Amino acid sequence: MDGEDISNPLMEEMCANGIAAVDDAPSSSTSTTELKSRPIISGEQLDIEAYAGLYSGRTKIRRLIFIADHCDNTAMQLEGLRMAYDELKKGENTQLFREVVQKIDDRLGLNYSMDAAWCAMVDRKADQRKDKLESELNAYRTNLIKESIRMGYNDFGDFYYAHGALGDAFKSYVRTRDYCTTSKHIIQMCLSAILVSIEMGQFTHVTSYVSKAEQTPEALDPITSAKLRCAAGLAHLESKKYKLAARKFLEVGPELGNSYSEVIAPQDVATYGVLCALASFDRTELKNKVIDNINFRNFLELVPEVRELINDFYSSHYASCLEYLGNLKSNLMLDIHIHDHVETLYDQIRSKALIQYTHPFVSVDMRMMADAFKTSVAGLEKELESLITDNQIQARIDSHNKILYARHADQRNATFQRVLQTGNEFDWDVRTMLLRANLLKHEYNLRASRKI
Amino acid sequence: MEALVTQIQGLSGTASDVLSLQNLLKQADDSLHAESTRLPPFLDQLDPSKHSLGYLYFLEACTAGPVTQEQASSFLLTIARFISSCVAEQIRLAPDKFICVCKRFKDQVLLLEEPLRGVAPMLTAIRKLQLSSEHLTALHPEFLLLCLLSKCYKTALSILEEDIFEVDQPRDLFLFCYYGGMISIGQKQFRKALELLHNVVTAPMSTVNAIAVEAFKKYILVSLIHHGQFPTNLPKYASSGAQRNLKNLCQPYVELASSYSNGKIADLETYVEANKDKFESDNNLGLVKQAVSSMYKRNIQRLTQTYLTLSLQDIANRVQLNSPKEAEMHVLQMIKDGEIYATINQKDGMVRFLEDPEQYKTCEMIERIDSSIQRLMTVSKKLNVMDELMSCDPLYLAKAGRERQRFDFDDFDNVPQRYNI
Repeated sequence: MDGEDISNPLMEEMCANGIAAVDDAPSSSTSTTELKSRPIISGEQLDIEAYAGLYSGRTKIRRLIFIADHCDNTAMQLEGLRMAYDELKKGENTQLFREVVQKIDDRLGLNYSMDAAWCAMVDRKADQRKDKLESELNAYRTNLIKESIRMGYNDFGDFYYAHGALGDAFKSYVRTRDYCTTSKHIIQMCLSAILVSIEMGQFTHVTSYVSKAEQTPEALDPITSAKLRCAAGLAHLESKKYKLAARKFLEVGPELGNSYSEVIAPQDVATYGVLCALASFDRTELKNKVIDNINFRNFLELVPEVRELINDFYSSHYASCLEYLGNLKSNLMLDIHIHDHVETLYDQIRSKALIQYTHPFVSVDMRMMADAFKTSVAGLEKELESLITDNQIQARIDSHNKILYARHADQRNATFQRVLQTGNEFDWDVRTMLLRANLLKHEYNLRASRKI
Repeated sequence: MEALVTQIQGLSGTASDVLSLQNLLKQADDSLHAESTRLPPFLDQLDPSKHSLGYLYFLEACTAGPVTQEQASSFLLTIARFISSCVAEQIRLAPDKFICVCKRFKDQVLLLEEPLRGVAPMLTAIRKLQLSSEHLTALHPEFLLLCLLSKCYKTALSILEEDIFEVDQPRDLFLFCYYGGMISIGQKQFRKALELLHNVVTAPMSTVNAIAVEAFKKYILVSLIHHGQFPTNLPKYASSGAQRNLKNLCQPYVELASSYSNGKIADLETYVEANKDKFESDNNLGLVKQAVSSMYKRNIQRLTQTYLTLSLQDIANRVQLNSPKEAEMHVLQMIKDGEIYATINQKDGMVRFLEDPEQYKTCEMIERIDSSIQRLMTVSKKLNVMDELMSCDPLYLAKAGRERQRFDFDDFDNVPQRYNI
């Protein structure tokens, strides 16, 4: 198995974290409990097996395919595709199977080529099962037993989901709504709908079903509410509402554990939450909601690099903070949810760091600042210029001596200027208005006299 | 004829006499016109300073027909002398005749291609015809036209300084503001030009006229030069016809404005080059070139917001000029014009940007604010007066009365439902 040796030193570190018992044997992809404590999202090259071990079900396959599509390393590509193939063989999704086989393109040898017989068998079984389900459902419908009809549609939904017909799965789950009697049923329906919507990428549905689930009169058990918050956070992330996404992720309780592995892993919750918070929160909120947040600490322990990141940012060690960010970037680009937000989030975090650096000073030596941010003075000057033009920093640059001077607007002068300007505008407005009124009166007189 | 002359001489004494004289003259008008060729010798018998009204009627009849070349210059002298010596009150009794005479005077002057001869007499004519300095007569645009053609802009400025509130004919206003705008542009008083052109563009008009279209083109350009931006929509009080159609009719200019707002000089210059013919045919090419050079100024001004000191080389790079020398020239010009506050250190090749030194603490500033307040109070009062006048106007009351809601019987008031004038 590739990539194993790199992860060994991390195993010792994980012992120090002491979250769970560690098996010294090289990890196999089957046991997931010991892998939960390994810092998967780190600056090291992504360990695909460990990464895949965090997830289950369809999202595992999709993530593996995504990694294979987007990563440059052929070895990792093939590894990902191989694991996807194995996983698919255990399930019933023939369409995705065909896709993966095409991607493998016979590069992994005979064991991993198109298995037409298996496909045909699975399809046949699927048809049989579908007929059976249909007849059962019809029987239930004639009998008008609500609970059975609900379960019938649910089974249909599961069946379609397993076969990759997501649209039909969604429709079936939504149909159960009319037959739900207890709030538990409603929650189950909502969770299934959310799962399918996330897989389809339709996050508007996710938001609406999350709110529907949260509106049930009964109190939700902590795992369900944690799941719903994760889903809501993902929806906000996709619609680029980073502040709301951060708030949702930070509210996820530690009870989540691995129970939502068909959507998201706790490492992801930590990473997404911290990145969105860094990009959108101000210092007070950052301290209250992230650093002092006891519940969230459990998640942070799973990704120590991210934890270091945020502590560095808060204590103004920008160089190391930005270094951690840079290391994490390549792995984050392989994640299906956050890869297209990485650039924006990074830019926002960097701007925030620059603004925070200059905020307490009257004058700043740009050479020292460039050192602190590990960039050149010219590059720093350009960045500062764009921030000043956007009015995010109140300062002026002395380009000759390379110093940044804070500049506080003179209120008194500004007031005088505004007063004089307002006076002039008023004068002009009234004069033109009187002129126009006169013209209108003239025209009206003309028209009136013509009528008479 | 002689009888008429004697009557004029006799009745030009008191105001009531003059009124009766006017009736007589009105009746005799046709016969005067019929015998226009015989009239010039009679003019010598009348004295323009005493018998202005009579003289005016005779003069008008004289100049009604076609005029030969030799007659033209002598007529010009007669009219000019008349204008300078006539009595304002008598003239105001027959304003149409007076305007007619002056217009013919202007035509003659233009025919002879000596617009300068007409400037001073026209100015006097305006002053005599005006009821007050806020009154716009038909002679105003003629006067401005003469000034434009003879290139003596400064004389025109005194007329432009006055605020206009009363207008006889809307067409006069359009022409007046358009010419006034051109004169102000010539004098580089862009704020005044913007005001005048704005008046044309937003004046109430039922259909869009050609003057408004030309004015709109210049308005866009002056707006770019003065403010650095052009508001894409006309204010709400502009007539609906103007709002809809003006932009379509001036398409190249609107595109120029949007290209300007992108901030890239190279694009702007290519656009100007591509559409040079259109601009030239509208006689606006000079203004367009001024707009392009104002963009450099705009960019340099933006730099003052971000930098305290900057090398000339950097300025040249950021503003897309060719060399530090050019940058230095631009900055120097702007300092002289008072558009930025800066010092140039030639030894280091550095420019140091300073804050506006105005502290708003001097006596002059206090006086300025005080006079501003006084002016605003006057304008405000005027507005109130006009409002009161309007609410007593029978036309307004009739319209308001007709459209009043009639639901509440308790709401009885004295405004009649129908009010026939």
